Amino acid sequence: MIAEMGQLALLLALGVALVQGSVPIVGAARNRAAWMSLARPAAQTQCLLVVLSFACLTASFVQNDFSVLYVAQNSNSALPLAYRVAAVWGGHEGSLLLWILMLSGWTVAVANFSRHLPAPFIARILGVMGWISVGFLLFTLITSNPFERLLPAAADGRDLNPLLQDPGMVIHPPMLYMGYVGFSVAFAFAIAALIGGNLDATWARWTRPWTTAAWCFLTIGIALGSWWAYYELGWGGWWFWDPVENSSFMPWLVGTALIHSLAVTEKRGAFKAWTVLLAIMAFSLSLLGTFLVRSGVLTSVHAFATDPRRGLFILALLVVAIGGSLALYAWRAPKVGVGSRFELVSRESMLLGNNVMLVVAMGTVLLGTLYPLVLDALGLGKISVGPPYFDNVFVPIMTPIIFLMGVAPLARWRETALPDLARRLRWAAGLTVIAALLTGWLAGRISPLATLGFGMAWWIVFSLATDLLERLRPAEGRSVGARVRMVPRAMVGMMVAHLGIATFAFGVSMVNTFGIERDLKMKPGDRTEMAGYVFTYRGVRDVQGPNYIAAQGLVEVTRDGRAVATMKPEKRVYRVQQNPMTEAAIDTGFTRDLYVSLGEAVEGGAWIVRVYFKPFVVWIWGGCVLMALGGALAASDRRYRGARREATTGAGMARATAGAS
Amino acid sequence: MKLRYLLPLALFVLLASFLAAGLKLNPREVPSPLIGKPAPAFALPRLDDAAQTMRRDDLLGKVWVLNVWASWCAPCREEHPHIVALARSQPAPVIGLNYKDQRDAAQTWLARLGNPYAASVSDADGRVAIDFGVYGVPETFVIDKKGVIRFKHTGPVTADIVEKRIKPLLKELDV
Amino acid sequence: MSRWGWCLWLALAFVAARAQEAAPAAADPALEARMQRITAELRCLVCQNQTIADSTSGLADDLRREVREQLRRGANDEQVVQYMTDRYGDFVRYRPPLKASTVVLWAGPGLLLVGGLATLVVALRRRSRLAPELFDRDDGAEAEP
Repeated sequence: MIAEMGQLALLLALGVALVQGSVPIVGAARNRAAWMSLARPAAQTQCLLVVLSFACLTASFVQNDFSVLYVAQNSNSALPLAYRVAAVWGGHEGSLLLWILMLSGWTVAVANFSRHLPAPFIARILGVMGWISVGFLLFTLITSNPFERLLPAAADGRDLNPLLQDPGMVIHPPMLYMGYVGFSVAFAFAIAALIGGNLDATWARWTRPWTTAAWCFLTIGIALGSWWAYYELGWGGWWFWDPVENSSFMPWLVGTALIHSLAVTEKRGAFKAWTVLLAIMAFSLSLLGTFLVRSGVLTSVHAFATDPRRGLFILALLVVAIGGSLALYAWRAPKVGVGSRFELVSRESMLLGNNVMLVVAMGTVLLGTLYPLVLDALGLGKISVGPPYFDNVFVPIMTPIIFLMGVAPLARWRETALPDLARRLRWAAGLTVIAALLTGWLAGRISPLATLGFGMAWWIVFSLATDLLERLRPAEGRSVGARVRMVPRAMVGMMVAHLGIATFAFGVSMVNTFGIERDLKMKPGDRTEMAGYVFTYRGVRDVQGPNYIAAQGLVEVTRDGRAVATMKPEKRVYRVQQNPMTEAAIDTGFTRDLYVSLGEAVEGGAWIVRVYFKPFVVWIWGGCVLMALGGALAASDRRYRGARREATTGAGMARATAGAS
Repeated sequence: MKLRYLLPLALFVLLASFLAAGLKLNPREVPSPLIGKPAPAFALPRLDDAAQTMRRDDLLGKVWVLNVWASWCAPCREEHPHIVALARSQPAPVIGLNYKDQRDAAQTWLARLGNPYAASVSDADGRVAIDFGVYGVPETFVIDKKGVIRFKHTGPVTADIVEKRIKPLLKELDV
Repeated sequence: MSRWGWCLWLALAFVAARAQEAAPAAADPALEARMQRITAELRCLVCQNQTIADSTSGLADDLRREVREQLRRGANDEQVVQYMTDRYGDFVRYRPPLKASTVVLWAGPGLLLVGGLATLVVALRRRSRLAPELFDRDDGAEAEP
């Protein structure tokens, strides 16, 4: 009953989405207020129906209804409750429903927080989001129905993949999908502006907070995935350039370019067509990611169960959505105005330089990810493109981007003089070199690659400090306190986010250069010493979990004689799926992680034990958190919430009333 | 309409056509670099009599089929009737490469399911299989009179593959 | 301390002294490190999403054993990789070899970067040559962003 109700809710949602997609857009074209005003209630109704459908599926999981095929494939009666809920998005069909849920959520958010937008504009935006909904609802209902029945019902389920039975699983996909789907908002804003022809600085200001919010979620989602791989998979790595990882990274790169490009369009009204193109690209890459994960064209650990019919459907979705929007772009973009003037050397051009390089970075990742497919399709053989390739080509592209990150905030809008910039940054440059070398020397050795990595991190820090000092230097009789208050929140957000990148770069350089790994054969009482820590192995015993049995090791860690940690790595065998899983024991610290995992038992009562020392590894994800925090600060800047202040038209007037921003 | 604004659309069309082509391909399948190259030399004990050794060179001058199998392998069971049919319906010998298996388990398996092999050899540690580029069981090769590998199939053979690919090739090479 | 006390103390000291530095898992750590480094760039053909260094599949075990033996017999890194490629093709290499079919792959990123920046400069130059009336009117000096 519940499953049928869920399916019915989806069908109804499809109907509402069709209305939401067509009536308001036609209404905007014909200037019919009644038709346009249908958009908001339609969005809200659709959201309600989707929430109901999702609740029905969740209920089926919680109640262990194994007469629903999807539940039987992904759950088990011994599965703890939290994971029964997380299992809702553990497979292809349910994760699609999660996607649709996120989409309806974002749509309602846009509907409710956009009272100040002109009616035709919001009608078109909600209409476009309605069409995206239609596409995904059709896909789900036709090829991937999570409510399909299994008759006769299974006695018990096949259990959730043990790799997914983890807290990270509970939060990583929802965050990631919030990001993917969030870019549909920027996409809808772009399409609406192309249709309506009103592409100006005000449009950019409206689009910015939504885009930044989506970007924040995607940042957190990717960081969670990386962190989860690190602690769950037991090999100590945190990024593998797997096709699905790349699928999430590409929209992130373009999304970063987009939030910077929106800054130029908002401030100077410039490069509007480029910004619109970036908005289309960001969401297109989200859709491409969906295709790559679910169509089976690439092998990946993340790939869902594949089916060529599904792949074909998503490809059709891609062609309609991306092809259609790019055709619209080709038709309407040439008519867009050029914006304000700026010189070849200016903050605008530097931001655009950053844009170009981020898009090149995305292109590089795309090239590497799809190259095996292209060669195979052309009959030129089968190759693999993996971390050795990506690691080699990616760093050279990131380096100029990070260099520019330090320079652009100090550059002036419209025109800036290079000698002036060089003069203001000379201290930062000098300190960067010294600090980079010093860091290497203090950590143990100076290596060229590590120095470059540290240099990038310190460059961001010192150029940021230069910027901050310039802003806070007392001038015109104002106190430092007054100057602090004058720094817009968006600016603080930028600084925090850039600091996040510096933190990330620092963590990566540290771990890659100074990380230690050792494979040991250990009998009870054996010990090893690593970076001042002494690891003493005490043996292995059997333990029982709720749905697994495990061999649990005990390792005591001391430093200078004082106890630091007691680590219990496990080798688990889950009862239902019977595949062995390694659970690493990690002692996390601000400046280092200690990581121990069990290999296998060998003769003589010994076990193979892998011990890792990972300096500053937590800074990798800490940096991502800072990035997202910076984004959140920027998105919550007062000027984006000034609904009443938008009463007057013209970006200039709005800027004047909003204050120094 | 300015042409450069059509560039993104053109690039997308190119991308989409590759993705469409990709839907027909199998990314997991690894083509063999040994097609057209001489079969690796081997000297392995026979499954039925460990004292006797079979060598690759013993088979020169004949067209023959190599079938990699194991008693612990479920898909091998699926394809076995087709291998039996293949061995019965044409003159080329089918040699079995018993991959990382126990001798008695293997012999019992053959006794129960039928033995299509002119002879089977034991590759206990899998080294010879690695030389043949085997990465999963079952796999089937066709080798010509000069000892050159002419065909490889990964995974269980189906009646289709036997009729449409293997048999015609055997006939062609036998001339 | 009583005689038994001393015995006990000595026994404990003896036991403590036997708790030793753990032996490396491999017989020859240097060789093992080389093997790990080489196989970390090779793709496991069974699971296909792990390196041969990390995979726990039977084939990966066998291949690691092969590599160790080859290194022991004096092969260098290139020869080992060539051994793998001869049997499994280029698919087994995570670092694609540079050949005619992969030139675009290896040269692509650099070309994209140069091309992208060149396009930007050209576009900015073209923009600066546009007639002044096409631009938006500037609303006074932008002191702060």
